[in-house]
Amino acid sequence: MTVLTRTILTRIAASIIMLVLISVFIFFAVDMLPGDVARAILGSSATTEALAALRTKLGLDEPAVWRFAHWAWGVLHGDFGTSITTQEPVTTIISFRLGNTLWLAALAAAISIPLALALGIGSALWEGSAFDRIASIVTLGAISMPEFFVAYSLVALFALNWQIFPPISTVTTDSTFLDRLDALILPAITLAFAVVAHMMRMIRAAILDVLGSPFMVMAELKGMPLRRRILRHALPNAAAPIINVIVLNLAYLIVGVVVVEVIFVYPGLGQLLIDSVAQRDLPLVQAGSLIFAAIYLTLNTVADVLAIAFNPRLRFPR
Amino acid sequence: MMTTLFKIIGWGLRGIVVLWVLASLGAEFVAPYKPNDIVGQMWNGAFWQDTSETARQVLGTDQLGRDLLSRLLYGTRNTLTVALGATFAAFAVGIGFGFWAAIARGRIDMACSRVADLIIAVPTLIVTLLVIAAVGPSVGVLVAIIAVVDGARVFRLARLVAMNICAMEYFESARLRGENLRWLMLHEILPNVRMPLITEFGLRFCFIFLFIAALSFLGLGLQPPEADLGSMVRENASAISFGVLAPFFPAAVIAMLAIAVNLSSEALVRAKRRA
Repeated sequence: MTVLTRTILTRIAASIIMLVLISVFIFFAVDMLPGDVARAILGSSATTEALAALRTKLGLDEPAVWRFAHWAWGVLHGDFGTSITTQEPVTTIISFRLGNTLWLAALAAAISIPLALALGIGSALWEGSAFDRIASIVTLGAISMPEFFVAYSLVALFALNWQIFPPISTVTTDSTFLDRLDALILPAITLAFAVVAHMMRMIRAAILDVLGSPFMVMAELKGMPLRRRILRHALPNAAAPIINVIVLNLAYLIVGVVVVEVIFVYPGLGQLLIDSVAQRDLPLVQAGSLIFAAIYLTLNTVADVLAIAFNPRLRFPR
Repeated sequence: MMTTLFKIIGWGLRGIVVLWVLASLGAEFVAPYKPNDIVGQMWNGAFWQDTSETARQVLGTDQLGRDLLSRLLYGTRNTLTVALGATFAAFAVGIGFGFWAAIARGRIDMACSRVADLIIAVPTLIVTLLVIAAVGPSVGVLVAIIAVVDGARVFRLARLVAMNICAMEYFESARLRGENLRWLMLHEILPNVRMPLITEFGLRFCFIFLFIAALSFLGLGLQPPEADLGSMVRENASAISFGVLAPFFPAAVIAMLAIAVNLSSEALVRAKRRA
Protein backbone atom coordinates (compact mmCIF):
# COMPACT_ATOMS: atom_id res chain seq x y z
CA MET A 1 0.00 0.00 0.00
CA THR A 2 1.41 3.35 -0.97
CA VAL A 3 1.60 6.30 1.39
CA LEU A 4 -1.14 8.03 -0.57
CA THR A 5 -3.72 5.24 -0.27
CA ARG A 6 -2.91 4.76 3.40
CA THR A 7 -3.40 8.48 4.18
CA ILE A 8 -6.66 8.56 2.26
CA LEU A 9 -7.96 5.39 3.91
CA THR A 10 -7.10 6.82 7.35
CA ARG A 11 -9.00 9.98 6.49
CA ILE A 12 -12.05 8.02 5.32
CA ALA A 13 -11.96 5.84 8.43
CA ALA A 14 -11.83 8.96 10.59
CA SER A 15 -14.95 10.32 8.86
CA ILE A 16 -16.83 7.08 9.39
CA ILE A 17 -16.00 7.21 13.10
CA MET A 18 -17.10 10.85 13.08
CA LEU A 19 -20.40 9.91 11.43
CA VAL A 20 -21.05 7.24 14.07
CA LEU A 21 -20.32 9.78 16.84
CA ILE A 22 -22.63 12.31 15.18
CA SER A 23 -25.46 9.78 14.93
CA VAL A 24 -24.94 8.98 18.64
CA PHE A 25 -25.17 12.71 19.34
CA ILE A 26 -28.24 13.16 17.14
CA PHE A 27 -29.97 10.29 18.90
CA PHE A 28 -29.08 11.30 22.45
CA ALA A 29 -29.59 15.06 22.00
CA VAL A 30 -33.24 14.21 22.42
CA ASP A 31 -32.46 12.16 25.52
CA MET A 32 -30.36 14.85 27.16
CA LEU A 33 -33.32 17.14 27.47
CA PRO A 34 -34.31 17.92 31.01
CA GLY A 35 -37.66 16.39 31.89
CA ASP A 36 -39.70 14.04 29.76
CA VAL A 37 -39.78 13.83 25.96
CA ALA A 38 -43.36 12.60 25.96
CA ARG A 39 -44.50 15.53 28.08
CA ALA A 40 -42.53 17.97 25.92
CA ILE A 41 -44.37 16.69 22.86
CA LEU A 42 -47.87 16.46 24.32
CA GLY A 43 -47.74 19.57 26.49
CA SER A 44 -48.51 20.01 30.18
CA SER A 45 -52.23 19.25 29.85
CA ALA A 46 -51.72 15.64 28.67
CA THR A 47 -53.29 12.81 30.62
CA THR A 48 -51.23 10.11 32.32
CA GLU A 49 -52.57 7.45 29.92
CA ALA A 50 -51.62 9.50 26.85
CA LEU A 51 -48.13 10.05 28.24
CA ALA A 52 -47.69 6.34 28.97
CA ALA A 53 -48.98 5.41 25.50
CA LEU A 54 -46.57 7.82 23.77
CA ARG A 55 -43.68 6.59 25.92
CA THR A 56 -44.36 3.01 24.85
CA LYS A 57 -44.71 4.10 21.23
CA LEU A 58 -41.41 5.96 21.30
CA GLY A 59 -39.89 3.00 23.16
CA LEU A 60 -38.89 5.28 26.03
CA ASP A 61 -39.41 2.54 28.61
CA GLU A 62 -36.52 0.52 27.20
CA PRO A 63 -32.85 1.10 28.08
CA ALA A 64 -31.19 3.91 26.09
CA VAL A 65 -28.43 1.78 24.56
CA TRP A 66 -30.96 -0.76 23.29
CA ARG A 67 -33.07 2.04 21.79
CA PHE A 68 -30.02 3.47 20.03
CA ALA A 69 -29.07 0.06 18.65
CA HIS A 70 -32.61 -0.42 17.41
CA TRP A 71 -32.71 3.01 15.76
CA ALA A 72 -29.24 2.64 14.21
CA TRP A 73 -30.16 -0.82 12.84
CA GLY A 74 -33.27 0.68 11.25
CA VAL A 75 -31.32 3.61 9.76
CA LEU A 76 -28.80 1.22 8.19
CA HIS A 77 -31.73 -0.52 6.52
CA GLY A 78 -33.27 2.73 5.34
CA ASP A 79 -35.92 2.81 8.06
CA PHE A 80 -36.01 6.06 10.03
CA GLY A 81 -39.10 5.23 12.08
CA THR A 82 -42.55 6.82 11.93
CA SER A 83 -43.39 10.53 11.98
CA ILE A 84 -45.21 11.58 15.14
CA THR A 85 -47.44 14.17 13.47
CA THR A 86 -48.47 12.42 10.24
CA GLN A 87 -48.01 8.77 11.27
CA GLU A 88 -46.35 8.04 7.92
CA PRO A 89 -42.99 6.28 7.61
CA VAL A 90 -40.23 8.91 7.70
CA THR A 91 -38.49 7.31 4.70
CA THR A 92 -41.53 7.88 2.45
CA ILE A 93 -41.82 11.55 3.46
CA ILE A 94 -38.12 12.19 3.02
CA SER A 95 -37.34 10.53 -0.30
CA PHE A 96 -39.35 12.98 -2.47
CA ARG A 97 -38.00 15.94 -0.52
CA LEU A 98 -34.37 14.85 -0.60
CA GLY A 99 -34.58 14.63 -4.39
CA ASN A 100 -35.95 18.19 -4.52
CA THR A 101 -33.19 19.53 -2.28
CA LEU A 102 -30.48 17.85 -4.36
CA TRP A 103 -32.08 19.30 -7.50
CA LEU A 104 -31.90 22.83 -6.08
CA ALA A 105 -28.34 22.39 -4.84
CA ALA A 106 -27.25 20.97 -8.21
CA LEU A 107 -28.76 23.89 -10.11
CA ALA A 108 -27.13 26.40 -7.74
CA ALA A 109 -23.80 24.62 -8.21
CA ALA A 110 -24.20 24.65 -11.99
CA ILE A 111 -24.65 28.42 -11.86
CA SER A 112 -22.06 29.27 -9.24
CA ILE A 113 -19.02 27.13 -10.06
CA PRO A 114 -18.37 28.40 -13.63
CA LEU A 115 -19.16 31.96 -12.56
CA ALA A 116 -16.81 31.81 -9.57
CA LEU A 117 -14.05 30.32 -11.72
CA ALA A 118 -14.38 33.03 -14.38
CA LEU A 119 -14.56 35.88 -11.86
CA GLY A 120 -11.79 34.48 -9.67
CA ILE A 121 -9.34 33.86 -12.53
CA GLY A 122 -10.21 37.22 -14.09
CA SER A 123 -9.68 39.27 -10.97
CA ALA A 124 -6.42 37.43 -10.18
CA LEU A 125 -5.02 38.10 -13.66
CA TRP A 126 -6.01 41.76 -13.62
CA GLU A 127 -5.12 42.29 -9.96
CA GLY A 128 -5.66 45.87 -8.82
CA SER A 129 -7.68 46.80 -11.90
CA ALA A 130 -11.13 48.37 -11.75
CA PHE A 131 -12.66 44.94 -12.43
CA ASP A 132 -10.77 43.43 -9.50
CA ARG A 133 -11.72 46.23 -7.11
CA ILE A 134 -15.39 46.22 -8.04
CA ALA A 135 -15.49 42.42 -7.77
CA SER A 136 -13.88 42.59 -4.33
CA ILE A 137 -16.38 45.18 -3.05
CA VAL A 138 -19.38 43.34 -4.51
CA THR A 139 -18.32 39.99 -3.07
CA LEU A 140 -17.74 41.50 0.37
CA GLY A 141 -21.28 42.86 0.18
CA ALA A 142 -22.66 39.54 -1.04
CA ILE A 143 -21.02 37.63 1.84
CA SER A 144 -22.49 40.05 4.38
CA MET A 145 -26.04 40.01 3.03
CA PRO A 146 -28.50 37.62 4.61
CA GLU A 147 -30.08 35.14 2.17
CA PHE A 148 -33.56 36.50 2.75
CA PHE A 149 -32.50 40.01 1.72
CA VAL A 150 -31.16 38.73 -1.59
CA ALA A 151 -34.15 36.43 -2.03
CA TYR A 152 -36.83 39.06 -1.40
CA SER A 153 -35.03 41.57 -3.61
CA LEU A 154 -35.05 39.01 -6.43
CA VAL A 155 -38.72 38.21 -5.81
CA ALA A 156 -39.65 41.90 -5.79
CA LEU A 157 -37.84 42.49 -9.08
CA PHE A 158 -38.32 39.33 -11.13
CA ALA A 159 -41.56 37.93 -9.75
CA LEU A 160 -43.62 41.01 -8.87
CA ASN A 161 -42.24 43.85 -10.95
CA TRP A 162 -41.50 42.07 -14.22
CA GLN A 163 -43.33 38.79 -13.55
CA ILE A 164 -40.77 36.60 -15.30
CA PHE A 165 -40.41 33.89 -12.65
CA PRO A 166 -42.85 32.61 -9.99
CA PRO A 167 -42.41 34.05 -6.45
CA ILE A 168 -43.02 30.63 -4.88
CA SER A 169 -41.33 27.43 -6.04
CA THR A 170 -44.06 24.83 -6.29
CA VAL A 171 -43.10 21.43 -7.64
CA THR A 172 -44.92 18.12 -7.53
CA THR A 173 -43.93 14.57 -8.35
CA ASP A 174 -45.03 15.05 -11.98
CA SER A 175 -43.34 18.39 -12.71
CA THR A 176 -41.42 18.34 -15.96
CA PHE A 177 -37.79 19.37 -16.26
CA LEU A 178 -38.71 22.83 -17.59
CA ASP A 179 -41.31 23.39 -14.85
CA ARG A 180 -38.66 22.68 -12.26
CA LEU A 181 -36.12 24.93 -13.94
CA ASP A 182 -38.62 27.79 -14.05
CA ALA A 183 -39.58 27.33 -10.38
CA LEU A 184 -36.01 26.98 -9.19
CA ILE A 185 -34.24 29.82 -10.99
CA LEU A 186 -34.74 32.42 -8.25
CA PRO A 187 -33.84 30.18 -5.27
CA ALA A 188 -30.81 28.87 -7.17
CA ILE A 189 -29.57 32.41 -7.88
CA THR A 190 -30.09 33.33 -4.22
CA LEU A 191 -28.01 30.35 -3.11
CA ALA A 192 -25.38 31.00 -5.74
CA PHE A 193 -24.98 34.60 -4.57
CA ALA A 194 -23.25 33.89 -1.28
CA VAL A 195 -21.33 30.85 -2.54
CA VAL A 196 -19.93 32.59 -5.62
CA ALA A 197 -18.57 35.40 -3.47
CA HIS A 198 -16.74 33.05 -1.13
CA MET A 199 -15.44 30.75 -3.89
CA MET A 200 -14.30 33.65 -6.02
CA ARG A 201 -12.24 35.15 -3.20
CA MET A 202 -10.54 31.84 -2.45
CA ILE A 203 -9.87 31.11 -6.14
CA ARG A 204 -8.39 34.58 -6.59
CA ALA A 205 -6.11 34.10 -3.58
CA ALA A 206 -5.00 30.65 -4.78
CA ILE A 207 -4.10 31.91 -8.26
CA LEU A 208 -2.34 35.03 -6.96
CA ASP A 209 -0.31 32.74 -4.73
CA VAL A 210 0.87 30.73 -7.72
CA LEU A 211 1.39 33.79 -9.97
CA GLY A 212 3.84 35.23 -7.44
CA SER A 213 6.05 32.14 -7.34
CA PRO A 214 9.52 32.09 -9.02
CA PHE A 215 8.65 29.53 -11.70
CA MET A 216 5.96 31.84 -13.07
CA VAL A 217 8.45 34.72 -13.26
CA MET A 218 10.84 32.32 -15.00
CA ALA A 219 8.17 31.33 -17.53
CA GLU A 220 7.46 34.99 -18.25
CA LEU A 221 11.16 35.79 -18.67
CA LYS A 222 11.52 32.91 -21.11
CA GLY A 223 9.00 34.81 -23.24
CA MET A 224 6.21 32.27 -22.93
CA PRO A 225 2.85 33.61 -24.16
CA LEU A 226 0.30 34.51 -21.46
CA ARG A 227 -2.21 31.88 -22.52
CA ARG A 228 0.29 29.04 -22.18
CA ARG A 229 1.62 30.43 -18.89
CA ILE A 230 -1.84 30.43 -17.37
CA LEU A 231 -3.17 27.16 -18.77
CA ARG A 232 -0.04 25.02 -18.50
CA HIS A 233 1.77 26.47 -15.50
CA ALA A 234 -0.53 28.48 -13.21
CA LEU A 235 -3.80 26.53 -13.25
CA PRO A 236 -2.44 23.00 -12.61
CA ASN A 237 -0.59 24.29 -9.56
CA ALA A 238 -3.57 26.21 -8.25
CA ALA A 239 -5.91 23.27 -8.91
CA ALA A 240 -5.66 21.69 -5.46
CA PRO A 241 -6.87 24.65 -3.38
CA ILE A 242 -9.48 25.52 -6.03
CA ILE A 243 -11.01 22.04 -6.07
CA ASN A 244 -10.91 22.03 -2.29
CA VAL A 245 -12.80 25.29 -1.96
CA ILE A 246 -15.37 24.24 -4.57
CA VAL A 247 -16.18 21.01 -2.74
CA LEU A 248 -16.33 22.80 0.64
CA ASN A 249 -18.81 25.26 -0.86
CA LEU A 250 -20.92 22.40 -2.19
CA ALA A 251 -21.18 21.25 1.42
CA TYR A 252 -22.26 24.75 2.37
CA LEU A 253 -24.84 24.74 -0.44
CA ILE A 254 -26.50 21.59 0.88
CA VAL A 255 -26.96 23.13 4.33
CA GLY A 256 -27.53 26.74 3.24
CA VAL A 257 -30.46 25.38 1.27
CA VAL A 258 -32.57 25.29 4.48
CA VAL A 259 -33.26 29.04 4.71
CA VAL A 260 -33.77 29.45 0.97
CA GLU A 261 -36.29 26.60 0.87
CA VAL A 262 -38.32 28.26 3.61
CA ILE A 263 -38.32 31.60 1.77
CA PHE A 264 -39.55 30.10 -1.48
CA VAL A 265 -41.85 27.54 0.19
CA TYR A 266 -40.02 24.84 -1.76
CA PRO A 267 -40.90 21.28 -0.67
CA GLY A 268 -37.34 20.22 0.14
CA LEU A 269 -35.64 18.53 3.05
CA GLY A 270 -34.67 21.84 4.67
CA GLN A 271 -38.22 23.12 4.85
CA LEU A 272 -39.28 19.75 6.26
CA LEU A 273 -36.56 19.96 8.90
CA ILE A 274 -37.66 23.43 10.02
CA ASP A 275 -41.32 22.38 10.14
CA SER A 276 -40.54 19.28 12.16
CA VAL A 277 -38.38 21.28 14.58
CA ALA A 278 -41.31 23.65 15.11
CA GLN A 279 -43.71 20.73 15.63
CA ARG A 280 -41.08 18.79 17.60
CA ASP A 281 -41.54 15.76 15.39
CA LEU A 282 -38.40 14.09 16.70
CA PRO A 283 -38.04 11.07 14.33
CA LEU A 284 -38.22 13.47 11.36
CA VAL A 285 -35.73 15.87 12.97
CA GLN A 286 -33.32 13.03 13.63
CA ALA A 287 -33.59 11.69 10.09
CA GLY A 288 -33.22 15.13 8.50
CA SER A 289 -30.25 16.11 10.66
CA LEU A 290 -28.53 12.80 10.00
CA ILE A 291 -28.90 13.14 6.24
CA PHE A 292 -27.66 16.75 6.20
CA ALA A 293 -24.75 15.92 8.52
CA ALA A 294 -23.81 12.86 6.45
CA ILE A 295 -23.78 14.78 3.15
CA TYR A 296 -21.81 17.62 4.74
CA LEU A 297 -19.29 15.22 6.24
CA THR A 298 -18.93 13.24 3.01
CA LEU A 299 -18.24 16.36 0.95
CA ASN A 300 -15.72 17.59 3.52
CA THR A 301 -13.96 14.24 3.36
CA VAL A 302 -13.92 14.36 -0.43
CA ALA A 303 -12.39 17.86 -0.24
CA ASP A 304 -9.69 16.63 2.13
CA VAL A 305 -8.92 13.54 0.07
CA LEU A 306 -8.64 15.58 -3.12
CA ALA A 307 -6.38 18.09 -1.38
CA ILE A 308 -4.13 15.25 -0.17
CA ALA A 309 -4.11 13.65 -3.62
CA PHE A 310 -3.11 16.93 -5.29
CA ASN A 311 -0.61 18.15 -2.72
CA PRO A 312 2.18 15.69 -1.82
CA ARG A 313 3.18 17.82 1.16
CA LEU A 314 -0.06 16.94 2.97
CA ARG A 315 0.68 13.21 2.74
CA PHE A 316 2.81 13.31 5.86
CA PRO A 317 0.72 14.97 8.56
CA ARG A 318 2.86 16.35 11.36
CA MET B 1 -10.18 58.07 -8.32
CA MET B 2 -11.89 54.69 -7.98
CA THR B 3 -10.16 54.03 -4.67
CA THR B 4 -11.22 57.35 -3.20
CA LEU B 5 -14.79 56.77 -4.30
CA PHE B 6 -14.88 53.34 -2.63
CA LYS B 7 -13.29 54.81 0.50
CA ILE B 8 -15.92 57.55 0.68
CA ILE B 9 -18.74 55.03 0.22
CA GLY B 10 -17.19 52.72 2.83
CA TRP B 11 -16.78 55.46 5.42
CA GLY B 12 -20.23 56.87 4.65
CA LEU B 13 -21.81 53.47 5.20
CA ARG B 14 -19.94 52.95 8.46
CA GLY B 15 -20.94 56.43 9.62
CA ILE B 16 -24.61 55.74 8.95
CA VAL B 17 -24.39 52.39 10.75
CA VAL B 18 -22.71 53.96 13.81
CA LEU B 19 -25.42 56.65 13.97
CA TRP B 20 -28.13 54.00 13.58
CA VAL B 21 -26.67 51.83 16.37
CA LEU B 22 -26.41 54.88 18.66
CA ALA B 23 -30.03 55.73 17.87
CA SER B 24 -31.10 52.17 18.67
CA LEU B 25 -29.24 52.31 22.01
CA GLY B 26 -31.32 55.35 22.92
CA ALA B 27 -34.48 53.91 21.34
CA GLU B 28 -36.62 55.09 24.27
CA PHE B 29 -35.79 58.70 23.41
CA VAL B 30 -35.43 58.50 19.62
CA ALA B 31 -38.24 56.16 18.56
CA PRO B 32 -41.49 58.01 17.74
CA TYR B 33 -43.69 55.25 19.23
CA LYS B 34 -43.48 52.35 21.67
CA PRO B 35 -42.45 49.11 19.86
CA ASN B 36 -45.63 47.18 20.69
CA ASP B 37 -48.19 50.00 20.33
CA ILE B 38 -50.69 49.72 17.49
CA VAL B 39 -50.64 53.12 15.85
CA GLY B 40 -52.23 52.66 12.43
CA GLN B 41 -53.54 50.25 9.86
CA MET B 42 -51.80 47.15 8.59
CA TRP B 43 -48.90 47.86 6.22
CA ASN B 44 -49.16 51.60 5.69
CA GLY B 45 -46.59 52.59 3.08
CA ALA B 46 -43.41 54.55 3.78
CA PHE B 47 -43.54 58.36 3.63
CA TRP B 48 -42.75 58.54 -0.09
CA GLN B 49 -45.44 55.99 -0.94
CA ASP B 50 -48.22 57.11 1.39
CA THR B 51 -48.52 60.88 1.25
CA SER B 52 -52.02 61.16 2.68
CA GLU B 53 -52.70 63.37 5.70
CA THR B 54 -53.39 60.39 7.95
CA ALA B 55 -50.00 58.78 7.38
CA ARG B 56 -47.85 59.63 10.38
CA GLN B 57 -45.28 56.83 10.31
CA VAL B 58 -41.99 57.55 8.61
CA LEU B 59 -41.43 54.02 7.30
CA GLY B 60 -45.05 52.89 7.51
CA THR B 61 -46.48 50.15 9.71
CA ASP B 62 -46.00 46.41 10.09
CA GLN B 63 -48.45 43.49 9.85
CA LEU B 64 -50.23 44.51 13.07
CA GLY B 65 -50.17 48.26 12.45
CA ARG B 66 -47.19 48.92 14.70
CA ASP B 67 -44.73 51.68 13.74
CA LEU B 68 -42.00 50.12 11.62
CA LEU B 69 -39.26 52.65 12.42
CA SER B 70 -39.71 52.26 16.18
CA ARG B 71 -39.69 48.49 15.92
CA LEU B 72 -36.58 48.63 13.73
CA LEU B 73 -34.75 50.67 16.38
CA TYR B 74 -35.77 48.38 19.25
CA GLY B 75 -35.19 45.32 17.05
CA THR B 76 -31.67 46.41 16.15
CA ARG B 77 -30.85 46.76 19.83
CA ASN B 78 -32.34 43.36 20.72
CA THR B 79 -30.62 41.48 17.89
CA LEU B 80 -27.29 43.23 18.52
CA THR B 81 -27.45 42.51 22.24
CA VAL B 82 -28.09 38.81 21.71
CA ALA B 83 -25.41 38.58 19.01
CA LEU B 84 -22.84 40.40 21.16
CA GLY B 85 -23.69 38.30 24.21
CA ALA B 86 -23.39 35.10 22.17
CA THR B 87 -20.06 36.20 20.66
CA PHE B 88 -18.64 37.04 24.11
CA ALA B 89 -19.87 33.69 25.41
CA ALA B 90 -18.24 31.88 22.48
CA PHE B 91 -14.97 33.73 23.09
CA ALA B 92 -15.06 33.03 26.83
CA VAL B 93 -15.51 29.31 26.13
CA GLY B 94 -13.02 29.19 23.24
CA ILE B 95 -10.30 31.24 24.91
CA GLY B 96 -10.70 29.48 28.26
CA PHE B 97 -10.37 25.99 26.83
CA GLY B 98 -7.86 27.04 24.15
CA PHE B 99 -5.39 28.57 26.63
CA TRP B 100 -5.93 25.73 29.07
CA ALA B 101 -5.20 23.15 26.36
CA ALA B 102 -2.07 25.05 25.28
CA ILE B 103 -0.75 25.32 28.86
CA ALA B 104 -1.65 21.79 30.00
CA ARG B 105 -0.78 19.96 26.74
CA GLY B 106 -0.84 16.15 26.76
CA ARG B 107 -4.11 14.41 27.38
CA ILE B 108 -6.15 17.52 28.21
CA ASP B 109 -5.06 19.15 24.95
CA MET B 110 -5.83 15.94 23.04
CA ALA B 111 -9.31 15.59 24.57
CA CYS B 112 -10.27 19.26 24.02
CA SER B 113 -9.01 19.23 20.42
CA ARG B 114 -10.90 16.05 19.48
CA VAL B 115 -14.14 17.42 20.96
CA ALA B 116 -13.64 20.67 19.02
CA ASP B 117 -13.00 18.66 15.82
CA LEU B 118 -16.22 16.76 16.36
CA ILE B 119 -18.25 19.95 16.89
CA ILE B 120 -16.78 21.61 13.82
CA ALA B 121 -17.49 18.54 11.67
CA VAL B 122 -21.26 18.94 12.12
CA PRO B 123 -22.96 21.83 10.32
CA THR B 124 -23.84 24.60 12.80
CA LEU B 125 -27.43 25.03 11.66
CA ILE B 126 -28.17 21.32 12.06
CA VAL B 127 -26.83 21.13 15.63
CA THR B 128 -28.82 24.22 16.53
CA LEU B 129 -32.03 22.88 15.00
CA LEU B 130 -31.54 19.57 16.81
CA VAL B 131 -31.09 21.21 20.21
CA ILE B 132 -33.98 23.62 19.64
CA ALA B 133 -36.20 20.67 18.64
CA ALA B 134 -35.35 18.98 21.91
CA VAL B 135 -35.43 21.95 24.31
CA GLY B 136 -37.66 24.52 22.58
CA PRO B 137 -36.64 27.97 21.31
CA SER B 138 -35.43 30.66 23.73
CA VAL B 139 -32.68 33.28 23.89
CA GLY B 140 -30.76 31.41 26.60
CA VAL B 141 -30.68 28.20 24.57
CA LEU B 142 -29.56 30.13 21.48
CA VAL B 143 -26.67 31.81 23.30
CA ALA B 144 -25.63 28.50 24.90
CA ILE B 145 -25.57 26.67 21.55
CA ILE B 146 -23.58 29.42 19.86
CA ALA B 147 -21.16 29.52 22.81
CA VAL B 148 -20.40 25.83 22.25
CA VAL B 149 -20.51 25.67 18.44
CA ASP B 150 -18.63 28.89 17.70
CA GLY B 151 -16.55 28.43 20.86
CA ALA B 152 -15.06 25.34 19.20
CA ARG B 153 -13.88 27.47 16.28
CA VAL B 154 -12.46 30.15 18.58
CA PHE B 155 -10.79 27.35 20.55
CA ARG B 156 -8.70 26.35 17.53
CA LEU B 157 -7.36 29.85 17.03
CA ALA B 158 -6.85 30.55 20.76
CA ARG B 159 -4.98 27.26 21.24
CA LEU B 160 -2.79 27.93 18.22
CA VAL B 161 -1.73 31.45 19.21
CA ALA B 162 -1.31 30.46 22.87
CA MET B 163 1.01 27.60 21.86
CA ASN B 164 3.49 30.17 20.53
CA ILE B 165 3.43 32.12 23.78
CA CYS B 166 3.85 28.96 25.85
CA ALA B 167 7.17 28.35 24.12
CA MET B 168 8.49 31.78 25.25
CA GLU B 169 10.98 32.18 28.07
CA TYR B 170 8.93 34.73 30.01
CA PHE B 171 6.05 32.26 30.07
CA GLU B 172 8.35 29.47 31.28
CA SER B 173 9.68 31.70 34.07
CA ALA B 174 6.16 32.66 35.13
CA ARG B 175 5.29 28.99 35.34
CA LEU B 176 8.44 28.31 37.39
CA ARG B 177 7.50 31.19 39.71
CA GLY B 178 4.48 29.03 40.53
CA GLU B 179 1.81 31.33 39.08
CA ASN B 180 -1.62 29.72 38.96
CA LEU B 181 -3.58 28.89 35.79
CA ARG B 182 -5.72 32.02 36.00
CA TRP B 183 -2.68 34.31 36.15
CA LEU B 184 -0.95 32.48 33.30
CA MET B 185 -4.03 32.82 31.09
CA LEU B 186 -4.99 36.42 31.87
CA HIS B 187 -1.61 38.08 32.46
CA GLU B 188 0.93 36.09 30.47
CA ILE B 189 -0.91 34.88 27.36
CA LEU B 190 -3.94 37.11 26.78
CA PRO B 191 -2.16 40.50 26.51
CA ASN B 192 0.22 39.05 23.91
CA VAL B 193 -2.35 37.49 21.60
CA ARG B 194 -4.87 40.33 21.57
CA MET B 195 -4.56 41.26 17.90
CA PRO B 196 -5.49 37.95 16.20
CA LEU B 197 -8.30 37.47 18.71
CA ILE B 198 -9.74 40.93 18.11
CA THR B 199 -9.68 40.39 14.34
CA GLU B 200 -11.38 37.05 14.82
CA PHE B 201 -13.96 38.72 17.07
CA GLY B 202 -15.10 41.00 14.24
CA LEU B 203 -15.53 38.12 11.79
CA ARG B 204 -17.15 35.81 14.33
CA PHE B 205 -19.55 38.54 15.43
CA CYS B 206 -20.62 39.04 11.84
CA PHE B 207 -21.29 35.30 11.35
CA ILE B 208 -23.16 35.04 14.64
CA PHE B 209 -25.24 38.13 13.90
CA LEU B 210 -26.28 36.75 10.50
CA PHE B 211 -26.88 33.32 12.03
CA ILE B 212 -29.19 34.70 14.73
CA ALA B 213 -31.01 36.78 12.12
CA ALA B 214 -31.50 33.64 10.00
CA LEU B 215 -32.76 31.60 12.96
CA SER B 216 -35.17 34.36 13.97
CA PHE B 217 -36.32 34.48 10.38
CA LEU B 218 -37.06 30.75 10.60
CA GLY B 219 -39.11 31.48 13.74
CA LEU B 220 -36.66 29.74 16.07
CA GLY B 221 -34.77 32.71 17.55
CA LEU B 222 -36.19 35.54 19.62
CA GLN B 223 -39.90 35.05 20.20
CA PRO B 224 -42.71 37.58 19.60
CA PRO B 225 -43.82 40.19 20.61
CA GLU B 226 -40.16 41.13 21.16
CA ALA B 227 -39.00 43.28 18.24
CA ASP B 228 -36.18 41.54 16.38
CA LEU B 229 -34.79 42.09 12.90
CA GLY B 230 -34.97 38.49 11.66
CA SER B 231 -38.51 37.84 12.82
CA MET B 232 -39.62 41.23 11.44
CA VAL B 233 -38.59 40.05 7.98
CA ARG B 234 -40.61 36.87 8.33
CA GLU B 235 -43.70 38.50 9.82
CA ASN B 236 -43.84 41.06 7.05
CA ALA B 237 -42.72 38.75 4.22
CA SER B 238 -46.12 38.53 2.52
CA ALA B 239 -46.31 42.35 2.27
CA ILE B 240 -44.08 42.19 -0.82
CA SER B 241 -47.00 40.84 -2.85
CA PHE B 242 -48.81 44.16 -2.20
CA GLY B 243 -45.78 46.23 -3.17
CA VAL B 244 -45.14 47.26 0.46
CA LEU B 245 -41.48 47.46 1.39
CA ALA B 246 -41.96 46.44 5.05
CA PRO B 247 -39.79 43.26 4.97
CA PHE B 248 -37.00 45.10 3.15
CA PHE B 249 -36.23 47.56 5.92
CA PRO B 250 -35.20 45.02 8.60
CA ALA B 251 -33.38 42.95 5.95
CA ALA B 252 -31.52 46.04 4.78
CA VAL B 253 -30.56 46.97 8.36
CA ILE B 254 -29.13 43.46 8.85
CA ALA B 255 -27.20 43.65 5.59
CA MET B 256 -25.81 47.12 6.34
CA LEU B 257 -24.68 46.21 9.84
CA ALA B 258 -22.98 43.06 8.58
CA ILE B 259 -21.26 44.89 5.70
CA ALA B 260 -20.03 47.64 8.04
CA VAL B 261 -18.57 45.13 10.52
CA ASN B 262 -16.94 43.17 7.69
CA LEU B 263 -15.47 46.33 6.14
CA SER B 264 -14.01 47.35 9.49
CA SER B 265 -12.45 43.99 10.28
CA GLU B 266 -11.05 43.80 6.75
CA ALA B 267 -9.50 47.26 7.23
CA LEU B 268 -8.06 46.04 10.55
CA VAL B 269 -6.48 43.01 8.89
CA ARG B 270 -5.00 45.17 6.15
CA ALA B 271 -3.61 47.70 8.63
CA LYS B 272 -2.02 44.88 10.62
CA ARG B 273 -0.45 43.35 7.50
CA ARG B 274 1.05 46.72 6.60
CA ALA B 275 2.51 47.24 10.08
